[in-house]
Amino acid sequence: MTTANTADIRILGVGKTFGQGESAVRAIGDATLDMQRGDFISLLGPSGCGKTTLLRIIAGLERPSEGEIIVRNRSVWENGKRSAEATRPISMMFQEARLFPWFTVAENVALPLRLRGVSKAEREERAHVLCETVGLKGFEKVRPSALSGGMRQRASLARALITEPQVLLLDEPFGALDAMTRDTLNMELMSVCAKANVTTILVTHSITEAAFLSDRVVVLAARPARITEVVEMPFERPRTLDLQRNAEFQDMLLRLRASLTGDH
Amino acid sequence: MGTDRLIRVALPVATVALFLIAWTVYVRTAEVSAFILPTPFQIVVAFIELVSDAEVWRHAMVTVIEAVSGFLIAVFLGITLGMAMARVQMLEWAFKPFIVCLQLIPKIALAPLFILWFGFGLESKIVIAAALSFFPVFSNALVAFRSVEPGDRDVFVMLQANPIQRFTMLDLPTALPVVLAGMEVAVVMSMIGAIVGEFIGGNEGLGYLAVAMLQELQVPGLFAVIVLLTLIGLTLYTLIAQLRGWLTPWHASVAGKTRDA
Repeated sequence: MTTANTADIRILGVGKTFGQGESAVRAIGDATLDMQRGDFISLLGPSGCGKTTLLRIIAGLERPSEGEIIVRNRSVWENGKRSAEATRPISMMFQEARLFPWFTVAENVALPLRLRGVSKAEREERAHVLCETVGLKGFEKVRPSALSGGMRQRASLARALITEPQVLLLDEPFGALDAMTRDTLNMELMSVCAKANVTTILVTHSITEAAFLSDRVVVLAARPARITEVVEMPFERPRTLDLQRNAEFQDMLLRLRASLTGDH
Repeated sequence: MGTDRLIRVALPVATVALFLIAWTVYVRTAEVSAFILPTPFQIVVAFIELVSDAEVWRHAMVTVIEAVSGFLIAVFLGITLGMAMARVQMLEWAFKPFIVCLQLIPKIALAPLFILWFGFGLESKIVIAAALSFFPVFSNALVAFRSVEPGDRDVFVMLQANPIQRFTMLDLPTALPVVLAGMEVAVVMSMIGAIVGEFIGGNEGLGYLAVAMLQELQVPGLFAVIVLLTLIGLTLYTLIAQLRGWLTPWHASVAGKTRDA
């Protein structure tokens, strides 16, 4: 590397092509980005711009066709294989809550600890604390099927946080929720991320959400998939929902919209 | 709510009672010979006579042992092969033709062959029962172990689960409801296999007893054997259904039932 690696996450010339020859589809091309510890960035773009693919490459769920992902000085992909060491500090939340019906809410939340061999007593205690943090107190013993969509994502967030991750990857986790629940969860997410100083990458197609939550918004374009612009969000923290009514914030939304549609 | 429940109990009782009365009236008025169709009452009498005979219970035990052994073999082979083929595509490509062909052969027609190969004892009946109940377990297991959603797999990849953890906490619980549904079908098939085997050869089991009753023209006794076989089949089926409720309490097919009760 040319510079000293002070960055928490480095995305270096990452590209991804699905298929070969005539039918090859370029999902993402030559993405480069550095993130500092505690940064909150959003990948904003229309559907088909490869934002989810890029996130999955960072998570080590998808192999990049070229380029490299460095998380805390370790390459996520070593010799074409997913590095367990590099991906260990990463937690991910998906579009669906992905809770398992054979576990109770608390067991779902504690699953990451169970897989790491943490004792039953300890994981029960930590799951209990986290359920309280995300507003699921009293629901520890029920099965996920008894929860509403918003509560399922709360449980999913608790599961992502229980390992005390240093990197949080979010793939439109609140996209399917109603606007009010979404606002509430976004506020909670922001405070949790700030408190724990996690480096966060959020994939979204909501301009407001991206602008409100992020330090920087990475605007992506489709066909060919690429990063078109990285825009700073100069709003002070902690942020409240009132910020969304602020004129400066409104201007920023227009600026991002223009960037998305490509007319500068 | 109270009247609803009453109707739910009363209605089936009423239809069954009506059916039995119509049966009795028909036999009496049309003067059907008891050698052709006995009345329900005659069957009840014959049934009581049947179950008070210790020898009959020995026959029943034989049939149960054959059916259950065949069933367990089918469950073991079906789950093992289904799981292996779900995991290793090459295995499926290699062996699917054989298994599909085996399924297309009416296996009842193979029963005489199994008697020839495995003799008149228990073994041949166990093989027939296993052959009949294998496919429902196998095909359900093959589908079941394939049906783990990629998104669920991603969660386990992100959590750095090892293969054993992934199997016990993801693959197995995902597959269980479907595998158990296959086992419910299979346990009934295994009874059919055991009885058919006893029809063809041997001198014990309820299938043999049914044939013996027919030859002695003890038609009420024959009906009584059928009733006993039905009750045994029902018991085995209920056991598997219970097992399903116990092993997969979270599953919709089970949760719906418990909410009903």
